Amino acid sequence: MPRPSVLLSKDNGCQVGRVADVVGQVKSAEGPARSQVVPAGAELWLGSPYAVLVVSPQGELVAANSAAAGLLPDAVLGAPVPLPWLLHAHRQGEVHCFGPIEDRQFTADATVLASGGTAWWLVDDTERAAVAADLAVERERTAFLAEASNVLLSSLNVERCMRATVELAARHLADAAVVVGPAVGRRIPVTSCGPDGTADHRMVAADPAVVAGLAEALQGFPPVPSRWIDPATVPDWLTAPGFAGPVGSVVITPLPGHGVPAGALVLLRRRDQRDFSETDEIFARLFAARAGAALSAARLYSEQADITATLMSALLPPRLHQVDGVEFAGGYRASAHNELVGGDFYDVHPGAGEGEESLVVLGDVCGKGLAAAVLTGKIRNTLHALTSLAADHQHVLRLLNETLLETGSTRFATAVLASVARVGDRVRLRLTSAGHPRPLVVRADGRVEEIATSGTLIGALPDIESSTVEAHLAPGETCLLYTDGVTEARGGPLGEELFGEERLHAVLAECAGMPAEAVVERVQMLTSQWIGQRGHDDVAVVAITAPRRARREAGVQP
Amino acid sequence: MTNTADLTGQRDRLWAAVSGGEEHAATEVVVAAVEAGTDVEAVLLDVVAPVQAKVGAEWAANRITVAQEHTATAINDRVIAALALHPASRRTPSLGHVAVACVDGEWHALPARLLAEVLRLRGWRVDFLGAQVPTPHLIAHLHQRGPDALALSSSIPTRLPTAHATISACQSTGIPVVAGGAAFGVDGRYARLLGADAWAPDARAAADLLADGLARIDPAAANQPVDDLPHLADQEYTLVTRSTSQLVKQVVADLPEWAGYDDRQRQHAAEDIVRTVEFLATALYVDDDTLFTEHVRWSAAILAARGVGTSVIETGLRSLCAQMTDFPRAKRMLVSAVHRLQEDPT
Repeated sequence: MPRPSVLLSKDNGCQVGRVADVVGQVKSAEGPARSQVVPAGAELWLGSPYAVLVVSPQGELVAANSAAAGLLPDAVLGAPVPLPWLLHAHRQGEVHCFGPIEDRQFTADATVLASGGTAWWLVDDTERAAVAADLAVERERTAFLAEASNVLLSSLNVERCMRATVELAARHLADAAVVVGPAVGRRIPVTSCGPDGTADHRMVAADPAVVAGLAEALQGFPPVPSRWIDPATVPDWLTAPGFAGPVGSVVITPLPGHGVPAGALVLLRRRDQRDFSETDEIFARLFAARAGAALSAARLYSEQADITATLMSALLPPRLHQVDGVEFAGGYRASAHNELVGGDFYDVHPGAGEGEESLVVLGDVCGKGLAAAVLTGKIRNTLHALTSLAADHQHVLRLLNETLLETGSTRFATAVLASVARVGDRVRLRLTSAGHPRPLVVRADGRVEEIATSGTLIGALPDIESSTVEAHLAPGETCLLYTDGVTEARGGPLGEELFGEERLHAVLAECAGMPAEAVVERVQMLTSQWIGQRGHDDVAVVAITAPRRARREAGVQP
Repeated sequence: MTNTADLTGQRDRLWAAVSGGEEHAATEVVVAAVEAGTDVEAVLLDVVAPVQAKVGAEWAANRITVAQEHTATAINDRVIAALALHPASRRTPSLGHVAVACVDGEWHALPARLLAEVLRLRGWRVDFLGAQVPTPHLIAHLHQRGPDALALSSSIPTRLPTAHATISACQSTGIPVVAGGAAFGVDGRYARLLGADAWAPDARAAADLLADGLARIDPAAANQPVDDLPHLADQEYTLVTRSTSQLVKQVVADLPEWAGYDDRQRQHAAEDIVRTVEFLATALYVDDDTLFTEHVRWSAAILAARGVGTSVIETGLRSLCAQMTDFPRAKRMLVSAVHRLQEDPT
């Protein structure tokens, strides 16, 4: 087929060639008037603002419009199409492809011509491609921020939060990430993570002012832009183990907290990597905002938890053990399911020396919850101070009563005191109840006795009375002190029945000969099962047991 | 070097002391075993643990009373404490940090105690939280101390729903959970179902597993308990649990033997019925019929050892079945259990 060699011109002129004849034909169905508006011949495609290339089946450029001429000024008719990506697609028989021309992106769609050649219609896709790329980056960043939020908010532990922060940052934002915390004395906590993905935490004796921007970030000043930070000033302690090679680019951003910065986040890239761009910096700040919020919450929680634990430790029920040859065991369950303390309490205060009586107290402050627990703390402290006067229970109770009345609290309490001493292989008890349920004794043969002591409750009236009763325990026998949370527990297999005193007696009868801990566990377990999932009062029990075997060797602890 | 004959002898002597309620003799047996060269871990797992298992089995067979069972357990507990104070048990922590706790409501802390001791002996820093730990306290502990893993123990299947909530809550703090104990099934099937990161059949396996390292879960993947168990949407578990009282009252009304029972027998019978309903609810929770039928079979064996026939249980099951007209899964389980009883007369 002859190849017309035609000079391509850049203006809108018509190029005449064989292909043009075919392409220019437009048939109108609407009559002569219409057909005069629609151009005949090649005017339409040749003048199109979109580049069109007509390509032979072998891949040679046969014709082009002026827009195409403008795009490809060096193209020669008859030579292969000077766009490798288009030529490849054309030869593969594809009808759609895309690729670059100079610095723009183009898509190309093919229409097959009756003559056998192909017309490729090019559209500048640069903007759309750029938007799509931006969207992909945004989506990735959003997904990362969502993941970061989940990970960071899940932990209220400060160290775990810092580790999570650097691990996330090292994975997505930089070659190494370091979190610097507020100074503790002369040292600063530094948590870092390098390319290997595991966080490292240590305390470093160093001065943050060494690096421009770090001291400012720790004090809450606006962040110093990355381009102002000289990478050479980054000290070794501010990189991560596993971060190889010189620092090329640094971002330092504060971790915002509740009014006070929670620390600073330092991101490092190696010199052979791309520098941090402004968008990188902005994104790092978004991440830092979340990390800072999570870290502050964790710090606040830790501080509160520490304070609570310290204050609570004085209010928790004590662990009891053997004192001077007498077994003691105690069990406690606060009424509110999630609380550790409530209005019931117990203590064992050993006597001043060997052979001296130990003082056991068990009591019940009216009400529940933390406020009642605070009052139990006062009562326990007072009784502890009065241990040396415990030879006279009435005196002790009078003093306690006065103390409570003086506090001005409207709460009153019931209590039972037991002075306990080992005499030979038996245990002597002096028991006094101040408005409290009577102590019970389980004998070796399973009989259960009530000790007939009674008295006025404390903290309500100016004058109180009580009576002290003496009892003895033979080896294996147990005296049980308990609060009314046991007997007034509601529940049982059939629903709303009271546990009651009779049932408690029956349970104790089965506990003859059991060690103190086992008695306490049995009573607690059955009370707990009785209550099930229902609400209940505080429950406290103390068991005083005479050991079954007298230890031959004195003073030997297992 | 300890051989099996030595261990058998030690077990027998410990059983004799423990079943006789003799704490000092029991302590002397284990101390002597350690001083004769038995490894402390072997004393705990091959002497104390089997003796404790025997305590449970003897009670089930009605050869020891419940008082003896409690006493024996208390003594075993003291024996473990005594061993921990022995110089042979002294260790410096060199491995990681692990917390050990029982599911809230669990009273059987001994298996967890044994695990805690074994881990400590192997060089772990152990926070032993024991039994009766309310879940919020467990979570607070995990936040504050940040251990590498939590070992969660449960002996009784009826605690499985609570275990599920506990496992999810712990994992949402980013800490992996290893489950263990009889409650999770003899092959750990319920541990997998409830989303635990791992399961171990015994203390040695748990210690080995922890040494290999438990992967820290990605908290982004944490989900709600109900996502693991879609069958809960039919509400059968919820409704059976909430109407336990009514169900029990009706069974009592349908039991001809009830009239002839004294107070104590009535108490026991009522407790047995409640326990049966609880097991039914748990079986509905994990959607596993065998959990329920196994409980029924075990109950029948317990009663048989005490000379009580199984007709009472069968009547109870039929009464429950009649009350479960709107609950197809529950009904299916009850029918299965009745068949199991009939096939397996004790």
